[in-house]
Amino acid sequence: MRKAFFIITGILMVSALMAQNVKTIPSVEIRTLEGIPFNTNQIDNDGKPIIIAFWHLYCKPCIKELNNIAEVYDEWQAETGVKLYAVSVDNAKSQHQVMPFVRANSWPFEILSDPNYDFLHAMNRQFVPFTCIVNGEGKVVWFHESYHEGDEEYEYEIIKKLAAGEEIEEE
Amino acid sequence: MIRKFYLLLSGIVFLSANAFSQGFPEGGQVHGDFVFDAQLYQTDEKLGITDSTLDGNIFGMNAYGNIIYTNGDFSAGLRYEAYLPPLSGFDKRYEGHGVPYWFARYDHDKVDITVGHFYEQFGNGLVLRSYQEWALGFDNNINGVRLKVQPFNGVYIKALAGTQRFFWDPFEDNNRAIIKGLDGEIYLNDLISKWRTSRTRIIIGGSFVSKYQQVTPRSFLRDTVRYEYKIPDNVAAYAGRINLLHGGFNLNAEYARKINDPSSLNNFIYKDGEALYTSISYSTSGFGIILTGKRIDNMSFKSDIYDDSYASDINFLPPLGTQYVYSLATMYPYATQPNGEIGVRGKIYYTIPKKSWLGGKYGTKFEFSYSRINSLDKERVEPNIPIDSTGTLGYKSNFTNFGDVEYYRDFAVKINKKINPKWKFILEYINLKYNIDVIEGHPGEPMVKAHIGIADVTYKINRKNAIRFEYQQLLSKQDRGEWLMAMLEYSISPRWFFSIMDEYNYGNPNEDMQLHYYTASVAYVKDATRVSLSYGRQREGLICVGGVCRMVPASNGLSISITSSF
Repeated sequence: MRKAFFIITGILMVSALMAQNVKTIPSVEIRTLEGIPFNTNQIDNDGKPIIIAFWHLYCKPCIKELNNIAEVYDEWQAETGVKLYAVSVDNAKSQHQVMPFVRANSWPFEILSDPNYDFLHAMNRQFVPFTCIVNGEGKVVWFHESYHEGDEEYEYEIIKKLAAGEEIEEE
Repeated sequence: MIRKFYLLLSGIVFLSANAFSQGFPEGGQVHGDFVFDAQLYQTDEKLGITDSTLDGNIFGMNAYGNIIYTNGDFSAGLRYEAYLPPLSGFDKRYEGHGVPYWFARYDHDKVDITVGHFYEQFGNGLVLRSYQEWALGFDNNINGVRLKVQPFNGVYIKALAGTQRFFWDPFEDNNRAIIKGLDGEIYLNDLISKWRTSRTRIIIGGSFVSKYQQVTPRSFLRDTVRYEYKIPDNVAAYAGRINLLHGGFNLNAEYARKINDPSSLNNFIYKDGEALYTSISYSTSGFGIILTGKRIDNMSFKSDIYDDSYASDINFLPPLGTQYVYSLATMYPYATQPNGEIGVRGKIYYTIPKKSWLGGKYGTKFEFSYSRINSLDKERVEPNIPIDSTGTLGYKSNFTNFGDVEYYRDFAVKINKKINPKWKFILEYINLKYNIDVIEGHPGEPMVKAHIGIADVTYKINRKNAIRFEYQQLLSKQDRGEWLMAMLEYSISPRWFFSIMDEYNYGNPNEDMQLHYYTASVAYVKDATRVSLSYGRQREGLICVGGVCRMVPASNGLSISITSSF
């Protein structure tokens, strides 16, 4: 067992060193809010920027983030053409409440359903809120775990840069 | 043998990443993530934590690293986990380290094959759900083979066979079941060309799961007579479901059944199990309503008939009680009673429109919810055989009747309001009844009745800086009595976060336990890395995510948590 431990630790370290900082959206079979199969490689916005926000109905900061973005979304879209995919990780316990909730809140986003965390885990995350920004070529250029008041304005700065064709610097 | 597999797989991932990735059509990608949670425990006499109870266990750590290699249609990955030793509140059986999860997968067009470990869910999970919940220490991944195919447009079939993870125990000597499952789903609108443009969308599905665990016959003593019983080695469970969508209406229903499956959890009765989970909702812009009904009858379905814990669950029985997010409101979370319960829940979402008299500039959001869960209405199978007697059919029960024992009841109303760009608040009131005797297994303890009030106010100082304040109060005459909680958070977007919190159990009937549970935290986030530190006392409580709960003992000390991905 000890040997395996060292080998794996070694692999993890080497992988971390050589891992590409830019990655694409993995292809995972999830569903739309209506229950229709949706492969995440269909996430697309005609070359314009995309936000993917993972959320849960009972996650306070998630709801806050999406409510805050919903208020300014018209403006964001008019200026940059950005599209937001809000991926709910609600399981059978709360999954069926997502549609009435989203409509009652008039969220203008594309809603996807990932009840078994297949997509979230493929993005190498365990927890929500988790938000990432994807550029026009389908490359994930920015991630953020957690949400605090005002984070959406930071996100929007990146989206504006992308829309203007500027490079996002690796941090 | 298993070790060889790890080494082989690690080797493949390693070599592919290093040498071959350039040669493959799109070029491979290696990515992954790691999480490290550790806690340093200290003594706290008031909580009864002394040097002798700590017994040298002053440190706990849960950590994992995940790496996944993808190249076109092919992917492979593994997860290394270490619990050295597990954090307090996590199952001690996790102690150790190793690779409990690795897989190789080929996914091309209409065929998707996985060998190794995988996660899967059929329908709502009533007959099969394999998933991982790190925060709970829950992982019942299946080790085996899975095939997903789409033979026709609108028809999806999944087939799998394997055994579930159970901590670090290898599968051997019938210590748990071999699981085989088949699930089919038909999207009628895609299959039937005439329906393609219909406003009504219908999806139907069905699943079949069998478990095989060879069990030696058992004998039971009843009325001084010894009876010998054969325990079935093969147990089948099956389910059918429908999802109907028409305009704003959405109907979801799933019914599952399980043939006789005596186990230590149901006291070795031979009754068939069944479960019904159904919801209907209507929603339109600004308004949504959903009604959910559920009936669970002897529907625990486990990989090992002798194990009572969640760890060996094959299926998932979604709990019905409202899930709350504020700390005092989560003190009494409802957990599904797999042996039997019947309940209903209603929820209404309503937004008073913007620019109306009550809605103000930003609108006002309301939520109302109500739920009620009782025991099943059980009758004896024979007048002289008590209910739930080992080796019998257990009981009879009327399908629609609510039993006499109340398990849980709650009513809640919530208002979410933004006043202006600087101020917003959430107010919530909850009234609940919680049968602590049944849900937490505290025989004889009275029903907990509690009123909970919550105020959550955010003040946005400027673009980057914000303050959030929470005040909560819980009023109850039972269990640990009254509590109040106050919290102040300060955040500097998008990097820093500070908070101080105190939960004060001022109404504890035991005056020595009228304690303050204070915590101070700081977190730093940068891109995909988050580091958080917190120091203080943690109250004893149930932590629940989804349907599974774990009891966390009271503790005092310093915690650190790091999550990152690459």
